[in-house]
Amino acid sequence: MNFDLTPEQMLLKDSIDRLIASRYSSLEKREAYRKEPLGFSEAIWAQFAELGLLGLPFSEEDGGFGGGPVETMVVMEALGRGLSLEPYLTTVVLGGGFLRHAGSAEQKAAYIPEIVVGNLKLALAQTERQARYDLADIATTAEKTDRGYVIDGQKSLVLAGDSADLFVVSARTSGEQRSQYGVTLFLVDANTPGISRRTYSTQDGGRATEIEFSGTIVSTDAILGPVDGGYPFLEHVIGETIAALSAEAVGAMESLHQLTVEYLKTRKQFGVSIGSFQTLQHRAVDMLMALEQARSMEMYAAMMVGSDNADERRSAISAAKVQINRSARFVGQEAVQLHGGIGMTMEYIGAHYFKRLTMIESLFGDTAHHLHQVARVGGLVAAA
Amino acid sequence: MDLRFTEEENAFRDEVRSFFRTEIPAEIRRKVSEGRRLSREDYVISQRILNARDWAVPHWPLEWGGQPWTPIQRYIFTEELLQAAVPLPLQFNCYMVGPVIAAFGSEEQKKRFLPRIANLDDWWCQGFSEPGAGSDLASLKTRALREGDFYVVDGQKTWTTLGQYADWIFCLVRTDPTVKKQAGISFLLIDMKTPGITVRPIITIDGRHEVNEIFFDNVRVPIENLVGEENKGWDYAKFLLANERTGIARIGLSKERIARIKRLAKEVPVGTGTLWDNRDFRARVASVEIELKALEITQMRVVATQSKTGSSKPDPASSILKIKGSELQQTTTELLLEAAGPYALLTGDQIGAGPNEPPGGFDWVDAAAPTYFNNRKVTIYGGSNEIQRNVIARAILGL
Ligand SMILES: Cc1cc2nc3c(=O)[nH]c(=O)nc-3n(C[C@H](O)[C@H](O)[C@H](O)COP(=O)(O)OP(=O)(O)OC[C@H]3O[C@@H](n4cnc5c(N)ncnc54)[C@H](O)[C@@H]3O)c2cc1C
Repeated sequence: MNFDLTPEQMLLKDSIDRLIASRYSSLEKREAYRKEPLGFSEAIWAQFAELGLLGLPFSEEDGGFGGGPVETMVVMEALGRGLSLEPYLTTVVLGGGFLRHAGSAEQKAAYIPEIVVGNLKLALAQTERQARYDLADIATTAEKTDRGYVIDGQKSLVLAGDSADLFVVSARTSGEQRSQYGVTLFLVDANTPGISRRTYSTQDGGRATEIEFSGTIVSTDAILGPVDGGYPFLEHVIGETIAALSAEAVGAMESLHQLTVEYLKTRKQFGVSIGSFQTLQHRAVDMLMALEQARSMEMYAAMMVGSDNADERRSAISAAKVQINRSARFVGQEAVQLHGGIGMTMEYIGAHYFKRLTMIESLFGDTAHHLHQVARVGGLVAAA
Repeated sequence: MDLRFTEEENAFRDEVRSFFRTEIPAEIRRKVSEGRRLSREDYVISQRILNARDWAVPHWPLEWGGQPWTPIQRYIFTEELLQAAVPLPLQFNCYMVGPVIAAFGSEEQKKRFLPRIANLDDWWCQGFSEPGAGSDLASLKTRALREGDFYVVDGQKTWTTLGQYADWIFCLVRTDPTVKKQAGISFLLIDMKTPGITVRPIITIDGRHEVNEIFFDNVRVPIENLVGEENKGWDYAKFLLANERTGIARIGLSKERIARIKRLAKEVPVGTGTLWDNRDFRARVASVEIELKALEITQMRVVATQSKTGSSKPDPASSILKIKGSELQQTTTELLLEAAGPYALLTGDQIGAGPNEPPGGFDWVDAAAPTYFNNRKVTIYGGSNEIQRNVIARAILGL
């Protein structure tokens, strides 16, 4: 048993921590990045490329640096601590994940080097309005014709969908609407005719896009992974994404908890620091416990996400998401409460952590959804 | 013991219910229900309709427009109002400064201000909190120095709700810095048009302009705008805060929200059915309803005691109502957030030009998260829930 980072991982942590600490040292800076045309800082994205972060999870033979889930965890935690807006999760973890697991040699060669240098951004067009959290509920169709495939349908909540150059699109090539069989993944250039996008600001300062595909024609080269067999990849890569998102949440909770404890020490009422009230001390301790429970499950997810046992892996990821969600809600709410009025304002960075944590809860399955997944397979402890 | 209302009470309930649902514009009630922003005009229209029926300030003394209602009738009135998603008559006017002036103001002040307060001819805001004086309100520093027939006011107030709409602000100011902090505070009425007042918006986490900072720089206030006696302001403030805390349980509001969540859940597709078909979700809604029912009965017990003793003095049990009521309001917003599911992520703010279609195909999801965010305030203001617990520990438990 060992929960330590290797010396190389420590180096990675130091460099990303340093970058984020300097680039995201204030809310004003974050607001300035948010107002840039793409909704994040392209300069920081270029720095990610320089540091090798964009190539981290790809194998060396594909042009990457051969990192695993722990490396991703280290990066995502730092991004969470700084409340970074850059589309690392969507491009590297999600998009990159599909290329790593399902991409052909040609696709990997065409796209991975471009991702690594920061020239190519990806997004996943998967969720549909009626689907809620069911990954197999896909009504978008891809019909085979002599010119390739014609995609028709609407995708929702495409994270960072406006800045993406390339979409991973899930579409139905056969089977019933909610059947796991019959889903095919495609790599679709964002400029393909027949794609229209509407982008919304998200509650946490990011962006998400509603995409309509109408008669969008793609060639057979665009097929990612096996025809009709895309679902297992969806599930696996989204599992990895949940592990990464858990790390981001832990980073955000850590910062928010730290801010709260500092505030308890500095804010004075009734002639004393409010941190001298025992009831508030206990609340800060409860927040710490929630944070540590979340951290443990973040590590659990990182260590289990590569497991070959799909059932075990699925349960682990769902269990982690439940704990992350609960801790995120508790830490977020308590932080606002313990700050009083100041915690309710956009001028205060703490409020932005609270909002991001709230949104993380609803991404890739809320508490109810994942609790149901764990319960459905009989929980984590085998019955006596 | 009997839970039922009398025949008269039932008739009264039917009367107010139908009035709220037919006389107050549906558009305003829709905004309240959906957690959308109300304009200044919306508040004014709604309150004037109530006032024309003599119902804007039923809890005031009779001679100033009050109604000779029993505590039970008042309770029915407020609950029905909230359940019909009618905006409460402006709190600062009807539940704060009005009762203070009616109880402690001069005849002159009553005549001058009360009718305009009830009709929302003047919009009032509450200038109590300061950056350094939140829970510890008595440590406030905004100073009022007597100079002839004027007080000269210098200092800063903060968190002033809807101060951007206000014609007047009622302030706690320090008139004697040499005595114990509670003993040197006065209650002053200040015209917002007086030179030297600056209002700066504070945007809250739901992205709205709901609160403000207000700066006073050499603001000259005529001495006739002092309420009651100089240096007795703390007593009036305590009276006001106690009023603010009763009726803050807002059970009607939580009921209205739950009813709406059920309707929305029946429209949210999940699998082959809707969210409302999901037994786990229903159980979570039911469990909130059970707590709400318990609180409703608690509130009725408080009201019944008031009826019996004829006392309208706020009792410490009102702190229980405030704590539980505010927590339940927050829980209902969590259910709303859950109903919106992943779509809660989207704001209605579409980047760039284009057809402004509602996000996610639902016209309500973009308000779900802001409603949840905004409601974090209900356990902070009006005396935070920590402070309320301190009050109960001291006043009820004697600890
Ligand atoms: C949206 C909003 C609208 C508001 N509108 C108005 C308005 O119109 N006019 C106005 O005057 N004010 C208004 N307020 C201010 C509100 O009354 C104060 O926020 C409140 O009194 C708490 O003060 P504070 O924010 O300074 O927090 P603090 O007093 O600094 O409290 C911080 C934390 O410490 C806790 N705490 C403090 N003292 C104790 C103690 N002794 N024991 C245990 N815990 C303690 C608090 O409960 C809180 O969790 C508003 C506030 C908000 C958020």
